[in-house]
Amino acid sequence: MTSTLNPRFTFETFVVGAANRLAVTAGRTVAENPGSAYNPLFIYSGSGLGKTHVLMAIGHAAKTIAAQLNIEYLTLDEYVEAFHAAIAAGQGDAFRRRFQNVDVLLVDDVQFLTNRKEMQAELLRLTEALQQSGHQIVLASDRPPAEIADLDERLISRFSGGLVVDMGIPDYETRVAILRRKAEERGTKFQPGVLETVAKVEYPNVRELMGALNRLIAFQAVNDTPINADAASKVLGIPTAASPTAASPTAASPIAASPDEFSQFLTDVTVTVGKAVEAWRARVTEAVLRWEGEGYRTGRLAKLLDQETPAAVDEAIASYVHDVERLKALEAEVAVLDPQAAGDKVFRDPDHMDDAEAAAAKVRDGAAPPPGPSAAFPLETYVPGASNDVGLNAARDVIAKPGKKYNPLVLVGRSGLGKTHLLNAIGLELAKKKGAVVACLSTQGFVDELIAAIDGNRVDWWRARYKRATALLLDDIQLLAGKERTQEELFNLFNQFLDADRQLVFTAPAHPNTLEGLEERIVSRLEGGLVAEVGEPDKELRRSVLERLLTTQHVAMEPALLDYLADRPVESVRNLSGMVQRVVEAAAAQDAPVTAGLARDVLEGGQPPRRTAGLRTSGIVVSSAGGVRSREKMVWDWPAAADRVIEDLR
Amino acid sequence: MSLVNFTTREITCKIVYYGPGRSGKTTNLHYIYARVPETRRGRMVSLATQTDRTLFFDFLPIDLGQISGFSTRFQLYTVPGQVYYNATRRLVLQGADGVVFVGDSQARQLDENVESLQNLQSNLLEHGVDVRTMPLVMQYNKQDLPRELILTQEDLDDALNFRSVPSFAADALHGRGVFETLKAISELVLKKLAAGSPAA
Repeated sequence: MTSTLNPRFTFETFVVGAANRLAVTAGRTVAENPGSAYNPLFIYSGSGLGKTHVLMAIGHAAKTIAAQLNIEYLTLDEYVEAFHAAIAAGQGDAFRRRFQNVDVLLVDDVQFLTNRKEMQAELLRLTEALQQSGHQIVLASDRPPAEIADLDERLISRFSGGLVVDMGIPDYETRVAILRRKAEERGTKFQPGVLETVAKVEYPNVRELMGALNRLIAFQAVNDTPINADAASKVLGIPTAASPTAASPTAASPIAASPDEFSQFLTDVTVTVGKAVEAWRARVTEAVLRWEGEGYRTGRLAKLLDQETPAAVDEAIASYVHDVERLKALEAEVAVLDPQAAGDKVFRDPDHMDDAEAAAAKVRDGAAPPPGPSAAFPLETYVPGASNDVGLNAARDVIAKPGKKYNPLVLVGRSGLGKTHLLNAIGLELAKKKGAVVACLSTQGFVDELIAAIDGNRVDWWRARYKRATALLLDDIQLLAGKERTQEELFNLFNQFLDADRQLVFTAPAHPNTLEGLEERIVSRLEGGLVAEVGEPDKELRRSVLERLLTTQHVAMEPALLDYLADRPVESVRNLSGMVQRVVEAAAAQDAPVTAGLARDVLEGGQPPRRTAGLRTSGIVVSSAGGVRSREKMVWDWPAAADRVIEDLR
Repeated sequence: MSLVNFTTREITCKIVYYGPGRSGKTTNLHYIYARVPETRRGRMVSLATQTDRTLFFDFLPIDLGQISGFSTRFQLYTVPGQVYYNATRRLVLQGADGVVFVGDSQARQLDENVESLQNLQSNLLEHGVDVRTMPLVMQYNKQDLPRELILTQEDLDDALNFRSVPSFAADALHGRGVFETLKAISELVLKKLAAGSPAA
């Protein structure tokens, strides 16, 4: 399955030039420090420029340094073939284990991964496994990872995460050196200037260069006389230049024997520097550069570099990264609560974690949750009936699957039919769910909050409060009419809630498309969910509600009283409750029991009872005019008359 | 001087070619200068007398480019070999990261070699540097001269290289041993950096 390393392909037999120095340097470094220097190492170049040579040279060098290393070289095709054979034989796991135990894996011709999704996945898994176990993987291809068609992004990222180096076409000096070395290997001597002439031709790869050399060797072998530069040009079809620049061998000093001493020196120094800085300092420096680039302070890491031999470098880096991750989490949390506070530099300084925690806690404390549902309207006290069963069933569905079934849910119906109750009841039930943040308030309250936020230049903060919510319930949506900015904000929230499957519930006095002053985009979104009507209570519902009201008022449940009250013409539940209130107050004023007769007297022409203090019930009061209003909607503190006049004048 | 600056990601190596007068220190630098691509080398500063004797010092900066993410520069200096320029030698030695001792292989120059080596030790001590901690490479130049005039590398090692540092037979005029020497001193200097302690 695995190819053996060609003994001729070593670093010693590879001619290094400017075009391939980096690849050779990286290869040598990898061979000397498998798994720790550049992992994976990805070498690419056009065909015939020495990829396979370098790949095998890495294997030879690594084996020379550490003979116990398990080194495997194979082409991708061989790898695929072996994989398929293993799968067919039911030995897939054994195949994987086998490669995971390789110390240095050299894979050639990786470009053939194109359109091989299953092999890409397998190679990705293998690369990760080898990296995690500190084993080296070196890959060669005729193109960079990003240009391999259909290559999985994760593989591209893995390959790019190590070192990707290319090998270019050798320059003139390198070509001369290659020709000399190959001619020497073959025991052939050429007249001075011959090889230089060949080297002047910019062959696209070394194989073609070797082809030219072979022709010259063959030509010289069949002719007794040594070939000269002009003859070589003719043999190879090279146009003869007028200036025989290379034909001055006598001038060549021993210097010419080593055309690229500096390049070789540079390669050697690069290897040495690589060894020198690839220890802990390189890791620390890399971490410093990375986190500085992301805007974090790196003083703690920089201090490591000042030390001669700091203990537990990796632990120190890991601790730093842990702190940075915590800072990121804090910043993200704060960004939701108060976007302006998220930009604080304290969230970029891992050396002062306490400050960051304190700042986040401060924001948390300061970020009051949006108004929640009123506890006065539990679902248990909402009396079901034929007139509200559509709305109630929808509410139950919403509670069971918030954001999934009816989103938004719009409860429509005349005032006093229990929409607010049902809205708050939904809110209370949703709030019971784990992690729920339910915003439930009147539309007027919503508008007022936004105005205050604009006034305090805290609109971001205001938005953030609602963005945190898992459900938004607004009562009396018709009050948005004419409030363009609030509609704009609600529109944005609307979209975010819908996108995130978070529940929206609204109440309105009539069908949304009949409401005036609402923008079309709001109306269309309201219509997009379920519009459930809450109708006038029928006698049965009225009777159920009366039973509950009388029980609450501790009134004895006389059938005659119940029948009488249930038959009274009322338009809403709220009126019903006002009616009971009047009767109860009258009974209290007369110090008489609540009976059908008393109720008849009070409700059919009797004097309205004098309002007595202390009889207000929770949320429901009797107005002096006999009407009933919920506490939430009552204006308790009217401005003085003078103030009202001024207000009018304004 | 700071050899490695991790903040600016720079490596700067100052290498001083030391040795008796006319041993070939400047010739080493000339040879290197000729082999370094123009884009990589700075202007070689050479203050010489009319007879091409180094008057003050030679200076050749080489930019090796980015190596392992570090911008790497070598600064090659020579000192004037003549005995009476000791103050200059001491000045040039200041902050050196490594020393190449260029000895003259001619048998008749052996005393000058010994004297120069002692002078190196003394000048390093003036800077508070123990020669045993300084990366050092010996180069025995002029090995191209007739055999009867020169000492062999083994003879010179016996006479001069009592620390058994790397030594090279060289013919700086034609380049033999020049880059080998430079490579060896570079390795010693960089290894010292890696170890974070004085090189042996």
